[in-house]
Amino acid sequence: MCRVVDMSIGHTLLGLLESGPRHGYDLKRAFDEKFGHDRPLHYGQVYSTMSRLLKNGLVEVDGIEAGGGPERKRYAITDAGITDVERWLATPEAPEPYLQSTLYTKVVLALLTHRNAADILDTQRSEHLRMMRILTDRKRKGDLADQLICDHALFHLEADLRWLELTTARLDKLAEAVAK
Amino acid sequence: MTPAGSLLVADELHKAYGPTTALDGADFSIHPGEVVAVMGPSGSGKSTLLHCLAGIVTPDSGSILYAGREMATMSDAERSALRRSEFGFVFQFGQLVPELTCVENVALPLRLNGTSRKQAERTALTWMERLEVDDLAKKRPGEVSGGQGQRVAVARALVTSPRVLFADEPTGALDSLNGERVMDLLTEAARSTNAAVVLVTHEARVAAYSDREIVVRDGKSRDMERIV
Repeated sequence: MCRVVDMSIGHTLLGLLESGPRHGYDLKRAFDEKFGHDRPLHYGQVYSTMSRLLKNGLVEVDGIEAGGGPERKRYAITDAGITDVERWLATPEAPEPYLQSTLYTKVVLALLTHRNAADILDTQRSEHLRMMRILTDRKRKGDLADQLICDHALFHLEADLRWLELTTARLDKLAEAVAK
Repeated sequence: MTPAGSLLVADELHKAYGPTTALDGADFSIHPGEVVAVMGPSGSGKSTLLHCLAGIVTPDSGSILYAGREMATMSDAERSALRRSEFGFVFQFGQLVPELTCVENVALPLRLNGTSRKQAERTALTWMERLEVDDLAKKRPGEVSGGQGQRVAVARALVTSPRVLFADEPTGALDSLNGERVMDLLTEAARSTNAAVVLVTHEARVAAYSDREIVVRDGKSRDMERIV
Protein backbone atom coordinates (compact mmCIF):
# COMPACT_ATOMS: atom_id res chain seq x y z
CA MET A 1 0.00 0.00 0.00
CA CYS A 2 1.02 3.64 -0.29
CA ARG A 3 2.99 4.64 2.72
CA VAL A 4 6.22 6.21 3.71
CA VAL A 5 8.61 3.41 4.60
CA ASP A 6 12.14 3.62 5.88
CA MET A 7 11.76 7.35 6.17
CA SER A 8 13.85 9.16 8.68
CA ILE A 9 11.15 10.16 11.12
CA GLY A 10 13.54 12.40 13.02
CA HIS A 11 14.48 14.42 9.95
CA THR A 12 10.87 14.67 8.87
CA LEU A 13 9.74 15.95 12.26
CA LEU A 14 12.64 18.40 12.26
CA GLY A 15 11.59 19.62 8.81
CA LEU A 16 8.04 20.13 10.05
CA LEU A 17 9.35 22.27 12.91
CA GLU A 18 11.05 24.65 10.49
CA SER A 19 7.79 26.50 9.90
CA GLY A 20 7.47 27.24 13.63
CA PRO A 21 7.39 25.65 17.10
CA ARG A 22 4.81 22.89 17.68
CA HIS A 23 3.62 20.55 20.38
CA GLY A 24 4.24 16.82 20.01
CA TYR A 25 0.57 16.27 19.24
CA ASP A 26 0.61 18.86 16.43
CA LEU A 27 3.75 17.25 15.01
CA LYS A 28 2.09 13.84 14.93
CA ARG A 29 -0.99 15.28 13.25
CA ALA A 30 1.07 17.12 10.62
CA PHE A 31 3.17 14.01 9.94
CA ASP A 32 0.14 11.74 9.59
CA GLU A 33 -1.60 14.18 7.29
CA LYS A 34 1.35 14.64 4.95
CA PHE A 35 3.27 11.36 5.15
CA GLY A 36 1.47 8.86 7.37
CA HIS A 37 -1.17 7.52 4.95
CA ASP A 38 -1.69 3.91 5.99
CA ARG A 39 0.82 4.06 8.80
CA PRO A 40 0.26 6.90 11.25
CA LEU A 41 2.90 7.58 13.89
CA HIS A 42 2.39 6.32 17.42
CA TYR A 43 2.58 8.94 20.14
CA GLY A 44 5.41 6.93 21.67
CA GLN A 45 7.43 7.26 18.44
CA VAL A 46 6.96 11.03 18.43
CA TYR A 47 8.00 11.49 22.05
CA SER A 48 10.99 9.14 21.87
CA THR A 49 12.17 10.85 18.67
CA MET A 50 11.77 14.31 20.20
CA SER A 51 13.76 13.22 23.29
CA ARG A 52 16.57 12.06 21.02
CA LEU A 53 16.52 15.29 19.01
CA LEU A 54 16.52 17.27 22.26
CA LYS A 55 19.49 15.31 23.59
CA ASN A 56 21.40 15.93 20.35
CA GLY A 57 20.72 19.67 20.45
CA LEU A 58 18.66 19.66 17.24
CA VAL A 59 15.52 20.95 18.99
CA GLU A 60 14.87 22.88 22.19
CA VAL A 61 11.88 23.24 24.46
CA ASP A 62 10.20 26.49 23.54
CA GLY A 63 7.61 26.41 26.29
CA ILE A 64 5.66 24.14 28.61
CA GLU A 65 1.92 24.32 29.06
CA ALA A 66 0.59 22.98 32.30
CA GLY A 67 -3.03 21.93 32.11
CA GLY A 68 -5.49 19.47 33.55
CA GLY A 69 -3.64 16.56 31.90
CA PRO A 70 0.06 15.89 31.47
CA GLU A 71 2.27 18.87 30.75
CA ARG A 72 2.69 19.70 27.03
CA LYS A 73 6.09 20.66 25.71
CA ARG A 74 6.37 22.92 22.70
CA TYR A 75 9.44 22.20 20.58
CA ALA A 76 11.44 24.56 18.36
CA ILE A 77 14.16 23.66 15.89
CA THR A 78 17.70 24.90 16.64
CA ASP A 79 20.26 26.20 14.11
CA ALA A 80 22.01 22.82 14.36
CA GLY A 81 18.65 21.19 13.55
CA ILE A 82 18.19 23.34 10.44
CA THR A 83 21.71 22.43 9.27
CA ASP A 84 20.91 18.75 9.90
CA VAL A 85 17.73 18.89 7.77
CA GLU A 86 19.62 20.71 5.05
CA ARG A 87 22.34 18.04 5.02
CA TRP A 88 19.76 15.24 4.95
CA LEU A 89 17.87 16.78 2.04
CA ALA A 90 21.06 17.32 0.06
CA THR A 91 22.31 13.74 0.54
CA PRO A 92 21.06 11.37 -2.19
CA GLU A 93 19.43 8.14 -1.08
CA ALA A 94 21.38 4.98 -1.89
CA PRO A 95 19.82 3.28 -4.94
CA GLU A 96 18.68 -0.20 -3.96
CA PRO A 97 19.93 -2.69 -6.52
CA TYR A 98 17.96 -5.69 -5.18
CA LEU A 99 20.72 -8.06 -6.26
CA GLN A 100 19.62 -10.70 -3.78
CA SER A 101 16.20 -11.13 -5.35
CA THR A 102 14.15 -13.93 -3.84
CA LEU A 103 12.35 -14.20 -7.12
CA TYR A 104 15.57 -14.85 -9.02
CA THR A 105 16.39 -17.59 -6.52
CA LYS A 106 12.95 -19.14 -6.98
CA VAL A 107 13.30 -19.15 -10.77
CA VAL A 108 16.75 -20.75 -10.69
CA LEU A 109 15.62 -23.33 -8.11
CA ALA A 110 12.58 -24.18 -10.22
CA LEU A 111 14.83 -24.77 -13.24
CA LEU A 112 17.29 -26.83 -11.17
CA THR A 113 14.49 -29.04 -9.87
CA HIS A 114 12.75 -29.29 -13.27
CA ARG A 115 9.68 -27.40 -12.14
CA ASN A 116 7.81 -24.93 -14.34
CA ALA A 117 9.62 -21.61 -13.94
CA ALA A 118 7.28 -19.84 -16.38
CA ASP A 119 4.40 -20.58 -14.01
CA ILE A 120 6.26 -18.93 -11.15
CA LEU A 121 6.88 -15.83 -13.25
CA ASP A 122 3.27 -15.68 -14.49
CA THR A 123 1.90 -16.03 -10.97
CA GLN A 124 4.23 -13.30 -9.77
CA ARG A 125 3.17 -11.01 -12.61
CA SER A 126 -0.44 -11.51 -11.63
CA GLU A 127 0.32 -10.70 -8.01
CA HIS A 128 2.20 -7.55 -9.01
CA LEU A 129 -0.71 -6.49 -11.22
CA ARG A 130 -3.15 -7.11 -8.40
CA MET A 131 -1.20 -4.67 -6.24
CA MET A 132 -0.93 -2.20 -9.14
CA ARG A 133 -4.72 -2.28 -9.50
CA ILE A 134 -5.16 -1.43 -5.83
CA LEU A 135 -2.69 1.45 -6.14
CA THR A 136 -4.26 2.70 -9.39
CA ASP A 137 -7.70 2.67 -7.81
CA ARG A 138 -6.40 4.51 -4.77
CA LYS A 139 -4.69 7.04 -6.99
CA ARG A 140 -7.91 7.73 -8.87
CA LYS A 141 -9.75 8.46 -5.65
CA GLY A 142 -6.96 10.27 -3.83
CA ASP A 143 -5.52 13.76 -3.75
CA LEU A 144 -2.29 14.88 -5.40
CA ALA A 145 -0.15 13.62 -2.49
CA ASP A 146 -1.77 10.18 -2.81
CA GLN A 147 -1.19 10.24 -6.55
CA LEU A 148 2.50 11.02 -6.20
CA ILE A 149 3.22 8.41 -3.57
CA CYS A 150 1.20 5.72 -5.39
CA ASP A 151 3.02 6.61 -8.63
CA HIS A 152 6.33 6.01 -6.89
CA ALA A 153 5.17 2.53 -5.85
CA LEU A 154 3.65 1.86 -9.28
CA PHE A 155 6.84 2.71 -11.16
CA HIS A 156 8.82 0.35 -8.93
CA LEU A 157 6.34 -2.47 -9.46
CA GLU A 158 6.44 -1.76 -13.17
CA ALA A 159 10.23 -2.11 -13.13
CA ASP A 160 9.82 -5.53 -11.48
CA LEU A 161 7.34 -6.50 -14.17
CA ARG A 162 9.77 -5.56 -16.91
CA TRP A 163 12.30 -7.84 -15.27
CA LEU A 164 9.69 -10.62 -15.13
CA GLU A 165 8.94 -10.20 -18.85
CA LEU A 166 12.59 -10.22 -19.81
CA THR A 167 13.31 -13.26 -17.64
CA THR A 168 10.33 -15.09 -19.14
CA ALA A 169 11.73 -14.40 -22.59
CA ARG A 170 15.15 -15.71 -21.51
CA LEU A 171 13.99 -18.81 -19.62
CA ASP A 172 15.31 -21.28 -22.20
CA LYS A 173 18.78 -19.73 -22.07
CA LEU A 174 18.71 -19.56 -18.30
CA ALA A 175 17.71 -23.24 -18.13
CA GLU A 176 20.74 -24.12 -20.28
CA ALA A 177 23.05 -22.03 -18.11
CA VAL A 178 21.68 -23.55 -14.89
CA ALA A 179 22.07 -27.11 -16.23
CA LYS A 180 25.81 -26.64 -16.86
CA MET B 1 -16.57 -24.48 -21.73
CA THR B 2 -18.45 -21.17 -21.85
CA PRO B 3 -18.03 -19.06 -18.71
CA ALA B 4 -21.56 -18.26 -17.53
CA GLY B 5 -22.86 -14.81 -18.42
CA SER B 6 -20.05 -14.02 -20.87
CA LEU B 7 -20.78 -11.58 -23.66
CA LEU B 8 -17.92 -12.64 -25.90
CA VAL B 9 -16.26 -16.05 -25.74
CA ALA B 10 -13.49 -17.48 -27.90
CA ASP B 11 -12.50 -21.11 -27.78
CA GLU B 12 -9.40 -22.79 -29.27
CA LEU B 13 -8.62 -20.11 -31.85
CA HIS B 14 -5.99 -20.92 -34.47
CA LYS B 15 -4.70 -18.46 -37.02
CA ALA B 16 -1.63 -18.58 -39.26
CA TYR B 17 -0.28 -16.04 -41.72
CA GLY B 18 1.55 -18.25 -44.21
CA PRO B 19 4.15 -20.20 -42.26
CA THR B 20 3.80 -17.96 -39.20
CA THR B 21 1.47 -19.12 -36.45
CA ALA B 22 -0.21 -16.14 -34.78
CA LEU B 23 -2.75 -17.99 -32.63
CA ASP B 24 -2.28 -21.54 -31.45
CA GLY B 25 -5.33 -22.51 -29.44
CA ALA B 26 -6.15 -19.20 -27.72
CA ASP B 27 -9.21 -18.87 -25.45
CA PHE B 28 -10.90 -15.72 -24.19
CA SER B 29 -14.03 -14.58 -22.40
CA ILE B 30 -15.41 -11.29 -21.13
CA HIS B 31 -18.51 -10.22 -19.24
CA PRO B 32 -20.52 -7.03 -19.76
CA GLY B 33 -18.96 -4.14 -17.83
CA GLU B 34 -15.65 -5.97 -17.42
CA VAL B 35 -12.26 -4.60 -18.45
CA VAL B 36 -9.88 -7.39 -19.49
CA ALA B 37 -6.25 -6.65 -20.34
CA VAL B 38 -4.64 -8.79 -23.03
CA MET B 39 -0.93 -8.76 -22.30
CA GLY B 40 2.13 -10.37 -23.81
CA PRO B 41 5.36 -9.55 -25.61
CA SER B 42 5.49 -8.12 -29.13
CA GLY B 43 4.55 -10.70 -31.72
CA SER B 44 2.84 -12.96 -29.16
CA GLY B 45 -0.48 -12.83 -31.01
CA LYS B 46 -2.40 -10.41 -28.80
CA SER B 47 -3.40 -8.05 -31.64
CA THR B 48 -4.44 -11.00 -33.79
CA LEU B 49 -6.60 -12.21 -30.93
CA LEU B 50 -8.26 -8.78 -30.73
CA HIS B 51 -8.81 -8.69 -34.50
CA CYS B 52 -10.43 -12.15 -34.41
CA LEU B 53 -12.66 -11.22 -31.46
CA ALA B 54 -13.76 -8.05 -33.25
CA GLY B 55 -14.60 -9.91 -36.46
CA ILE B 56 -11.92 -8.05 -38.43
CA VAL B 57 -9.92 -11.24 -39.06
CA THR B 58 -11.44 -14.70 -39.50
CA PRO B 59 -9.65 -17.43 -37.53
CA ASP B 60 -8.59 -20.61 -39.35
CA SER B 61 -10.39 -22.68 -36.71
CA GLY B 62 -12.04 -22.34 -33.34
CA SER B 63 -15.21 -20.67 -32.20
CA ILE B 64 -16.19 -17.12 -31.27
CA LEU B 65 -19.56 -16.56 -29.66
CA TYR B 66 -20.90 -13.03 -29.37
CA ALA B 67 -24.08 -12.72 -27.28
CA GLY B 68 -24.59 -16.42 -27.85
CA ARG B 69 -24.19 -16.25 -31.67
CA GLU B 70 -21.38 -17.97 -33.54
CA MET B 71 -19.56 -15.26 -35.49
CA ALA B 72 -18.35 -17.67 -38.17
CA THR B 73 -21.96 -18.27 -39.24
CA MET B 74 -22.64 -14.55 -39.74
CA SER B 75 -22.48 -13.00 -43.20
CA ASP B 76 -19.93 -10.27 -43.95
CA ALA B 77 -22.76 -7.73 -43.87
CA GLU B 78 -23.88 -8.95 -40.44
CA ARG B 79 -20.34 -8.76 -39.10
CA SER B 80 -19.94 -5.24 -40.51
CA ALA B 81 -23.20 -4.16 -38.89
CA LEU B 82 -21.98 -5.62 -35.61
CA ARG B 83 -18.72 -3.69 -35.83
CA ARG B 84 -20.60 -0.47 -36.62
CA SER B 85 -23.25 -0.64 -33.91
CA GLU B 86 -22.19 -3.05 -31.16
CA PHE B 87 -18.41 -2.67 -31.16
CA GLY B 88 -16.22 0.38 -30.64
CA PHE B 89 -12.54 0.68 -31.53
CA VAL B 90 -9.61 2.71 -30.24
CA PHE B 91 -6.18 2.24 -31.75
CA GLN B 92 -2.77 3.71 -31.14
CA PHE B 93 -2.49 5.97 -34.18
CA GLY B 94 -4.29 7.74 -36.99
CA GLN B 95 -7.90 7.10 -36.29
CA LEU B 96 -9.39 10.51 -36.90
CA VAL B 97 -10.31 11.77 -40.36
CA PRO B 98 -8.10 14.87 -40.80
CA GLU B 99 -10.58 16.72 -43.06
CA LEU B 100 -13.40 16.58 -40.51
CA THR B 101 -13.71 18.63 -37.31
CA CYS B 102 -13.45 16.77 -34.01
CA VAL B 103 -17.21 16.80 -33.43
CA GLU B 104 -17.79 15.52 -36.98
CA ASN B 105 -15.27 12.75 -36.31
CA VAL B 106 -17.06 11.73 -33.11
CA ALA B 107 -20.46 11.90 -34.84
CA LEU B 108 -19.26 9.83 -37.83
CA PRO B 109 -20.29 6.34 -36.58
CA LEU B 110 -23.81 7.64 -35.88
CA ARG B 111 -24.00 9.30 -39.32
CA LEU B 112 -22.96 5.99 -40.93
CA ASN B 113 -25.81 4.32 -39.05
CA GLY B 114 -28.28 6.81 -40.53
CA THR B 115 -28.68 9.28 -37.66
CA SER B 116 -29.37 12.88 -38.73
CA ARG B 117 -26.44 15.26 -38.61
CA LYS B 118 -28.01 17.45 -35.91
CA GLN B 119 -28.87 14.52 -33.63
CA ALA B 120 -25.51 12.81 -34.24
CA GLU B 121 -23.54 15.94 -33.37
CA ARG B 122 -25.66 16.55 -30.28
CA THR B 123 -24.91 13.02 -29.01
CA ALA B 124 -21.27 13.44 -30.05
CA LEU B 125 -20.97 16.58 -27.94
CA THR B 126 -22.27 14.87 -24.80
CA TRP B 127 -19.57 12.21 -25.23
CA MET B 128 -16.95 14.87 -25.86
CA GLU B 129 -18.00 16.53 -22.59
CA ARG B 130 -17.52 13.24 -20.74
CA LEU B 131 -14.06 12.88 -22.24
CA GLU B 132 -13.38 16.57 -21.46
CA VAL B 133 -12.72 17.59 -25.06
CA ASP B 134 -15.96 19.43 -25.90
CA ASP B 135 -14.02 22.69 -26.30
CA LEU B 136 -12.25 21.13 -29.29
CA ALA B 137 -15.49 20.46 -31.20
CA LYS B 138 -14.75 22.84 -34.07
CA LYS B 139 -11.03 22.08 -34.34
CA ARG B 140 -9.55 19.63 -36.82
CA PRO B 141 -7.42 16.69 -35.57
CA GLY B 142 -4.24 18.40 -36.81
CA GLU B 143 -4.90 21.29 -34.43
CA VAL B 144 -5.13 19.25 -31.20
CA SER B 145 -2.48 17.48 -29.08
CA GLY B 146 -1.90 13.72 -29.08
CA GLY B 147 -3.65 13.25 -25.74
CA GLN B 148 -6.62 15.36 -26.80
CA GLY B 149 -6.86 13.52 -30.14
CA GLN B 150 -6.89 10.19 -28.34
CA ARG B 151 -9.72 11.34 -26.07
CA VAL B 152 -11.65 12.45 -29.18
CA ALA B 153 -11.03 8.95 -30.58
CA VAL B 154 -12.36 7.38 -27.35
CA ALA B 155 -15.47 9.59 -27.56
CA ARG B 156 -15.97 8.40 -31.14
CA ALA B 157 -15.56 4.77 -30.10
CA LEU B 158 -18.21 5.17 -27.40
CA VAL B 159 -20.69 7.37 -29.27
CA THR B 160 -22.80 4.41 -30.45
CA SER B 161 -22.88 3.04 -26.86
CA PRO B 162 -21.14 -0.16 -27.96
CA ARG B 163 -21.42 -3.31 -25.88
CA VAL B 164 -17.74 -4.10 -26.45
CA LEU B 165 -14.92 -1.59 -26.74
CA PHE B 166 -11.72 -2.89 -28.35
CA ALA B 167 -8.67 -0.83 -27.41
CA ASP B 168 -5.34 -1.77 -29.00
CA GLU B 169 -2.46 -0.01 -27.19
CA PRO B 170 -4.69 3.07 -26.72
CA THR B 171 -1.99 5.00 -24.86
CA GLY B 172 1.00 3.71 -26.82
CA ALA B 173 1.75 7.09 -28.38
CA LEU B 174 1.15 9.19 -25.26
CA ASP B 175 3.30 10.26 -22.31
CA SER B 176 2.51 8.91 -18.82
CA LEU B 177 0.28 11.77 -17.72
CA ASN B 178 -1.81 11.87 -20.90
CA GLY B 179 -1.96 8.07 -21.06
CA GLU B 180 -3.26 7.98 -17.53
CA ARG B 181 -5.95 10.56 -18.22
CA VAL B 182 -7.10 8.64 -21.30
CA MET B 183 -7.29 5.39 -19.29
CA ASP B 184 -9.14 7.10 -16.42
CA LEU B 185 -11.77 8.54 -18.72
CA LEU B 186 -11.99 5.48 -20.98
CA THR B 187 -12.58 2.98 -18.19
CA GLU B 188 -14.91 5.33 -16.32
CA ALA B 189 -17.04 5.93 -19.42
CA ALA B 190 -17.10 2.24 -20.34
CA ARG B 191 -18.07 1.16 -16.82
CA SER B 192 -20.84 3.73 -16.65
CA THR B 193 -22.42 2.22 -19.79
CA ASN B 194 -21.69 -1.40 -18.78
CA ALA B 195 -19.56 -1.85 -21.91
CA ALA B 196 -16.98 -4.65 -21.90
CA VAL B 197 -13.45 -3.47 -22.71
CA VAL B 198 -10.84 -5.67 -24.41
CA LEU B 199 -7.63 -3.81 -23.70
CA VAL B 200 -4.52 -4.93 -25.56
CA THR B 201 -1.40 -3.53 -23.95
CA HIS B 202 2.16 -4.40 -23.08
CA GLU B 203 2.27 -1.70 -20.39
CA ALA B 204 1.60 -2.86 -16.84
CA ARG B 205 0.48 0.60 -15.73
CA VAL B 206 -2.22 0.52 -18.40
CA ALA B 207 -3.18 -3.07 -17.56
CA ALA B 208 -3.63 -1.94 -13.96
CA TYR B 209 -6.86 -0.25 -15.07
CA SER B 210 -8.33 -3.67 -15.92
CA ASP B 211 -10.28 -6.09 -13.73
CA ARG B 212 -8.17 -9.06 -14.77
CA GLU B 213 -5.61 -10.04 -17.37
CA ILE B 214 -5.06 -12.66 -20.04
CA VAL B 215 -1.47 -13.37 -21.02
CA VAL B 216 -0.78 -14.35 -24.63
CA ARG B 217 2.50 -16.04 -25.41
CA ASP B 218 3.39 -17.92 -28.62
CA GLY B 219 -0.24 -17.72 -29.71
CA LYS B 220 -1.55 -19.38 -26.54
CA SER B 221 -3.53 -17.56 -23.88
CA ARG B 222 -3.53 -17.91 -20.11
CA ASP B 223 -6.34 -16.57 -17.99
CA MET B 224 -4.47 -15.61 -14.83
CA GLU B 225 -7.61 -15.39 -12.71
CA ARG B 226 -8.26 -19.09 -13.19
CA ILE B 227 -4.67 -20.00 -12.37
CA VAL B 228 -3.92 -17.84 -9.33
